[in-house]
Amino acid sequence: MSEAANTQVVEDVAIQLIGMHKWYGEFHVLKDINLSVERGEKIVVCGPSGSGKSTMIRCINRLEEHQQGQIIVDGIELTNDVKKIDEIRREVGMVFQHFNLFPHLTVLENCTLAPIWVRKTPKEEAEEIAMKFLERVKIPEQALKYPGQLSGGQQQRVAIARSLCMNPRIMLFDEPTSALDPEMISEVLDTMISLAEEGMTMICVTHEMGFAKTVADRVLFMDAGEIIEQAPPQEFFDNPQSDRTKLFLSQILHNG
Amino acid sequence: MAIVKTERHPDMPPPVSQTGVIGWMRENLFSTPLNIVLTVVSIYIAYSALSGLISYAFINANFAGETRDDCTGTGACWVFIKARFGQNMYGFYPVEDRWRVDVGYILGAIGLFMVLSDWFKNKKWAAIYMFAIYPIVCYFLFYGGTFGLTQVETSEWGGLFLTLVLASVSIFVALPLGIVLALGRRSEMPVVRLLCVGFIELIRGVPLITVLFMASVMLPLFLPEGVNFDKLVRALVGMSLFSAAYMAEVVRGGLQAIPKGQMEAANSLGLGYWKAMGLIILPQALKISIPSIVNTFIGLFKDTTLVLIIGLLDLLSVVKAGTTDKEWLGMATEGYVFVAAVFWVFCFGMSRYSIWLENKLHTGHKR
Repeated sequence: MSEAANTQVVEDVAIQLIGMHKWYGEFHVLKDINLSVERGEKIVVCGPSGSGKSTMIRCINRLEEHQQGQIIVDGIELTNDVKKIDEIRREVGMVFQHFNLFPHLTVLENCTLAPIWVRKTPKEEAEEIAMKFLERVKIPEQALKYPGQLSGGQQQRVAIARSLCMNPRIMLFDEPTSALDPEMISEVLDTMISLAEEGMTMICVTHEMGFAKTVADRVLFMDAGEIIEQAPPQEFFDNPQSDRTKLFLSQILHNG
Repeated sequence: MAIVKTERHPDMPPPVSQTGVIGWMRENLFSTPLNIVLTVVSIYIAYSALSGLISYAFINANFAGETRDDCTGTGACWVFIKARFGQNMYGFYPVEDRWRVDVGYILGAIGLFMVLSDWFKNKKWAAIYMFAIYPIVCYFLFYGGTFGLTQVETSEWGGLFLTLVLASVSIFVALPLGIVLALGRRSEMPVVRLLCVGFIELIRGVPLITVLFMASVMLPLFLPEGVNFDKLVRALVGMSLFSAAYMAEVVRGGLQAIPKGQMEAANSLGLGYWKAMGLIILPQALKISIPSIVNTFIGLFKDTTLVLIIGLLDLLSVVKAGTTDKEWLGMATEGYVFVAAVFWVFCFGMSRYSIWLENKLHTGHKR
């Protein structure tokens, strides 16, 4: 392979996990994870609770430390080097199940904090950018309120806007709709869909199978710390291969 | 068949018996025969206690005069407090230099106003003034020896002035040091953690009197000859370290109440440990610790009276010394009531401020 082709490969790959293992004490949470995510690719990760889905994506921005194997994000390998960790975190946005907004700051301040303190963006400019993204998630009128005054769905949309303000190249979603009341799920999913349509690289841990069908390029099924199956959504839902996947799908689709 | 409601029920005011003064009294004071009896008895007890206090402190008290012989009433003899007021406030600080203390008070009041009040917006300058400039100015102002001010040894400092010096220095040192110790105790670095835990547990495990005694009597024995610190400085160090250990545990309690997700969210946005701590975690942790922090401050403020045993003349010691003056024998009650009143005013002030601050910082669900 020529030099040029080689760099091409590196540039097209956003995230690469190679033979990654993780333990919590004695407990082997993630076993030999191999995953390559291309730029612009949307991946949905599903699986029973405790299967290591969240742990896997939390390893990608080093909220959890892996013990073996390699994680390469945006061409940078994750090591103990704090500088590299910060560099990766700046490029990778994350949305949490419980929103994790900063309750002592207004919605606008939540959005401008990181650009001002990490990217050194001037305050006025950061506020302009924040308002742009708050408009995108359709809540600019809430900018001066505190998170505690918003509904769950609004809070999660603020959390998405907060991540977007850092202008990330990759977005990680850790069960973004699991803590929401049913009538608020669609407003958050709509935001995520529009983000996907713009070509953002996304990994979503979610049980929203409708979302997986519309948006995902690939669906991953994890169980007991392993990636059991991965396939495009059509194939994954219509013709699952492994027994565990079949069982899981029958359980969640039956309820849904 | 489906039952459908087509008209909306309008909002109505609550029943009259539950609102207003009459409603409140009926609800809370006179709801049952037992409550009526309790209310009447409580009012009677409150009346007899208060009327006794008021007649002692005001109606039958003596305010005018110069000497003990002017106290002819049956109540308190405030002439005693008035006659020794200067000493109670400044100790043995030279009379002609007392204006320096007053200037310090005024500068301090301005600083406190800038830091604490809502009216002064530029908190950065307020903090620089209060925490960097003011202490240095105070040092030169109170101690003197330069800029044409005569030197006033700390052994001459006393009264309320000394109490305030002890309390404010200890508070200013204890809070930041306590925060550092609390962070250290939660650190992932074993050596740092061990040092902080060791310090906190050691200091917290001994009485303040012991710490003061160590600082004042034992320390000089360990120091090489010729090296000697001022007795006030030693007391200040002892009190500051002591209250820092308490403060550390208060702050740690606040830190522990902050969900892990806050640090994770800050980290995922690219904020490092110190920025995340300073901008996200500490503001929230300190906010929820305000009641306990102020509680520690109030305890500390009153504990300053313990310096009496190492021979520093704080407000309580000065007043106590005054009661043994043979011209004013028998004035102990007046003296102690006065000291209690002064302490109460300061502690109550701190308490009210903390309540105001809590309400101001409340961003949860009040609309």
